[in-house]
Amino acid sequence: MGCLTVEVALGLKSGALNASPSSGTYQLCVNLNKGHKEEFKDLFKFTQLICARARTGTWGSKSFALVDIATIPLNSCIKEGKKNASKLWRLMESVHVYREGNLTGFDLSEMLVLIFSGGIGKGESCLAHKALTFLFPNSQDLSPYDESIVHDSFHQLIQEQSQRAEAESLELQEWPPRDKGGGSQLHGAPQEYSSATLRILANMPSRTIGRSRGAIISQYYNQTVKLRRKNSRPLLRDMSRSARPSIRQYDLEFDLTPREEEEKRSLLVEELQGLTITQRNHMLQNMPLSLTEKRCLRQDIYIRRGRQRCYQISQTQLYCCSHLKYHCIIAFRSLWYGLLSGLYALKPWRYSLKQISGQFGSSVLSYFLFLKTLVSFNILLLLLLLPFIVAVQVAFPPTSESSNFQSFTGLELFTGGGPFTHTVMYYGYYSNFTLNQPCSSHQSSDHCPANAVHLPYNMPLAYLFTIGFSFFITCITLVYSMSRSFGKSYRVGSTLGVHAITVFCSWDYNVTQKWASRLQHDNIRTQLKELLAEWQLKQYPRSVCGRLRQMTVLFLVWLLSLASVLGCAIAVYSFSEFMHENHEIRTETISEKLQEARLLVLPLIVCIINLVVPYFYNVLAICEQHDSPVLEVYVAICRNLILKMVILGLLCYHWMGRKVKSLEDQCWETFVGQELYRFMVMDFIFTLVDTLFGELVWRLISEKLKRDRKPEFDVARNVLELIYGQTLTWLGVLFSPLLPVIQVLKLLFLFYIKKISLMANCQAPRKPWRASHMTTIFITLLCFPSFLGAAIFLSYAIWQVRPSRNCGPFRTLDTIYEAGKVWIRRLEEASPSVTWFTWIHQNLVENTFFIFLMSIVLLVAIYFNIQVVKGQRKVICLLKEHINNEGEDKIFLINKIHSIYEKKAVHQ
Amino acid sequence: MGNKQTVFTPEQLEAYQDCTFFTRKEILRLFYRFQDLAPQLVPLDYNSNPDVKVPYEVISSMPELKDNPFRERIAQVFSQDGDGNMTLDDFLDMFSVMSEMAPRDLKAYYAFKIYDFNNDDYICPLDLEMTVNKLTRGELTPEEVGLVCEKVINEADVDNDGKLSLDDFQNMILHAPDFLSTFHIRI
Repeated sequence: MGCLTVEVALGLKSGALNASPSSGTYQLCVNLNKGHKEEFKDLFKFTQLICARARTGTWGSKSFALVDIATIPLNSCIKEGKKNASKLWRLMESVHVYREGNLTGFDLSEMLVLIFSGGIGKGESCLAHKALTFLFPNSQDLSPYDESIVHDSFHQLIQEQSQRAEAESLELQEWPPRDKGGGSQLHGAPQEYSSATLRILANMPSRTIGRSRGAIISQYYNQTVKLRRKNSRPLLRDMSRSARPSIRQYDLEFDLTPREEEEKRSLLVEELQGLTITQRNHMLQNMPLSLTEKRCLRQDIYIRRGRQRCYQISQTQLYCCSHLKYHCIIAFRSLWYGLLSGLYALKPWRYSLKQISGQFGSSVLSYFLFLKTLVSFNILLLLLLLPFIVAVQVAFPPTSESSNFQSFTGLELFTGGGPFTHTVMYYGYYSNFTLNQPCSSHQSSDHCPANAVHLPYNMPLAYLFTIGFSFFITCITLVYSMSRSFGKSYRVGSTLGVHAITVFCSWDYNVTQKWASRLQHDNIRTQLKELLAEWQLKQYPRSVCGRLRQMTVLFLVWLLSLASVLGCAIAVYSFSEFMHENHEIRTETISEKLQEARLLVLPLIVCIINLVVPYFYNVLAICEQHDSPVLEVYVAICRNLILKMVILGLLCYHWMGRKVKSLEDQCWETFVGQELYRFMVMDFIFTLVDTLFGELVWRLISEKLKRDRKPEFDVARNVLELIYGQTLTWLGVLFSPLLPVIQVLKLLFLFYIKKISLMANCQAPRKPWRASHMTTIFITLLCFPSFLGAAIFLSYAIWQVRPSRNCGPFRTLDTIYEAGKVWIRRLEEASPSVTWFTWIHQNLVENTFFIFLMSIVLLVAIYFNIQVVKGQRKVICLLKEHINNEGEDKIFLINKIHSIYEKKAVHQ
Repeated sequence: MGNKQTVFTPEQLEAYQDCTFFTRKEILRLFYRFQDLAPQLVPLDYNSNPDVKVPYEVISSMPELKDNPFRERIAQVFSQDGDGNMTLDDFLDMFSVMSEMAPRDLKAYYAFKIYDFNNDDYICPLDLEMTVNKLTRGELTPEEVGLVCEKVINEADVDNDGKLSLDDFQNMILHAPDFLSTFHIRI
């Protein structure tokens, strides 16, 4: 058969590319099969030309030399911006595909084979030819005339050969065993294959995936067909990720001719027409084709549709209502688009977020996104609380008993007391009877219009249920977002691919500032270095002595930090006790204003602790010297969290245990609400102070000292502060329904202040930061200690604690929960027809057995899920092994083909 | 809708909306960005689909790309001529893929193309070396770079062929939750 192996090899000595041609020595050999000299006249001319240029040319030798690419300073060529050089580089690397291993040398024969077998695409053959001309210094020695001859002859040759190769490849396609895998080459084996083998390899499916337009079109055609048959969500999501091409049933004929491609395309268009509009758009959007092609596809779809529609319209022209319908649909659609873009305009802080991510990357951005999430949580709370509790109460204000108008001094803004005490702000203001019901027993029953229509509104019940329901909704949203975030960041069977992820996913494309990008460069470099160091450390583990020392240090540091937590807790507790006792004794002796101010001392102390102790922990962390920076961040979060939770728990105990007893005559709920308000305001003030001193002053000092180190934005600490504030809000919702408003205002302020301070003072954190893992952890922390703690506290207050006797909606009841019971009882009395409701209440809600059963079912479900995940892990391991084996099989098969072709060549 | 824009015909806008992840407002905003890049080249009237290409030098001077080490590759991958000169379609395409709405698979596909410097449909050790050098501005020693490349291939190469195919890459991306947030350009 006319298998023409053209092997042209060209040897270039070092510096030949850059230096003047005279200094370089060229060696060129052409090795042709016998009997084809005539056919390659042009090539001979071409080689002759080169030989003429080369001082020492050998002709007709059977061997060929390798070009020593390593000596060509291609990199510098690229850097100089020579376009040709970069193209050449690309070409050489495509040649390199066939060689595996390192790029110390490549030979021209491979390049030619590559061109002939269509390996780099027919359109690019002229590029190859350009590259060849680049290989030969063309300025001085070669006259333009000669050069054009070379070009033409070579071009002709390429065309001729590519036709041949096509004809041959049809024969050859039956030859290779159906290949089932992705990769196709021997690992690290610098073997040389014959051109025929190479050609087959170039046509392997794994090589063509994603390369040609035809391949993409046929792939999407298959998907569309599947979609149409099932008419459900596309399966591509779970298929295309895990499965290999053969499993996915791609068409294996990937190198489609243009005609075939057109056919496939029209098929695809037809299939797409069968889909609904949303599905079609989804498909179109997800296709990795260029936009122009997508638009063409879309146009084709619409043109055909339009034709059908015209046909239909001409048939049914009499019915104008279809016309009307058509217009309606169009109007509706444009309305929908308008609405969508309107919604988009509502998206707040778009520009600010872009700015932040541009300068500081996604780690700092995660703080602001978390803040945004918190704002939405609070707004959700408010959406329920405002209309159902606050607005109703404002509309029907209770008859005010204490109308002594207190003067407003400004201090009340911090303490939340004074004139604020008897407003909708606090629990004590809310009335305990059914609103809008003039005949109620609590009011004088003189005026009771008989026929007026009223909608009675049971305030205690509304209070209880609204708060319960809003907590329930918050819980659901929290758990949902937590599970989603977990699903995003942790996956079953994920192996540790730290290096790969660092290399491919750590560059933040958001970053737009020069210094930020430089910082990112540095970050990634240090991260890679650390990873390598860690790896080397694992190779050579620490000595026993070193490990012992580390353990001791760790133990000591933990002891210190726990001791400091204990110390702080004791201090706060004893101080609150002291204040409590003092308060009772000296109430009469001091002025009212001072008394108000004294209330601020406890929050002040707690805030100071919250401010100072984390810095102390940071100092401790420096002593520790953790191996991985991620661990360091986790440890810091853990310690801060312990501190904050212990203090909050203590305060809750203090309020529930002490204040309830001592304030029985007054309204203890209002007091707790005020206390939480004070804590929140103080927390806000201290955050401002921290921002001012921790960031601004620090920057000024470091600028003075001419050190090039701005303070870093500590994401973990700031997020913990946010979580702390949110916990306060949740704790206080029952006692002060307007607390979320304060929280929203605080968060809005915080957003702008933090942003300004960040822009002016800070630099991006140097620690490597996996933003999505962190977001997951933040949400988890928000859910677990924070929300759960608040929920437990509130449930305790609702079920166990006796509400105060002379204020609030539950003043006549023993516990808050009794409001529900009373209502049920009344319901039973009033309308016996709803006995099923009371039955449900009695048997399901009150009965512990049912709750027991539910939790058992839940536990069983969790257990099954764990087992399923375990099983999946095993399957993943097995599949990985399988893929490995297939790779080895493939290598074996390739070697077989190679040997067969070699035998053939020998026989010829 | 009574918008005053005359840049596109309604059909054009609808087509763009259907084929990208953008709303009409965003499309218009992107168009004005594009027009701002080369006001003398790009007409303010796209009703007749003029074939205008903004050269790579101008594209790469956008603040969004200016400091990106891979800007050349991005422009090459998304431009149809492969040299980084972009039409409006290419430009929209680029930001559509880089937008928040684009699915992981699509993003992974284009990221793979970006990191595949030699366009051979594999990320081979050479591509990796270039990537690492670009990431670190060439400040790692060659041995370190080699070591990193070796580790990356060890980790991500499922079928042991010594280089990363698109499937390997997508599989790896699947385990990198940050990818979606980092492979994202806000506009």
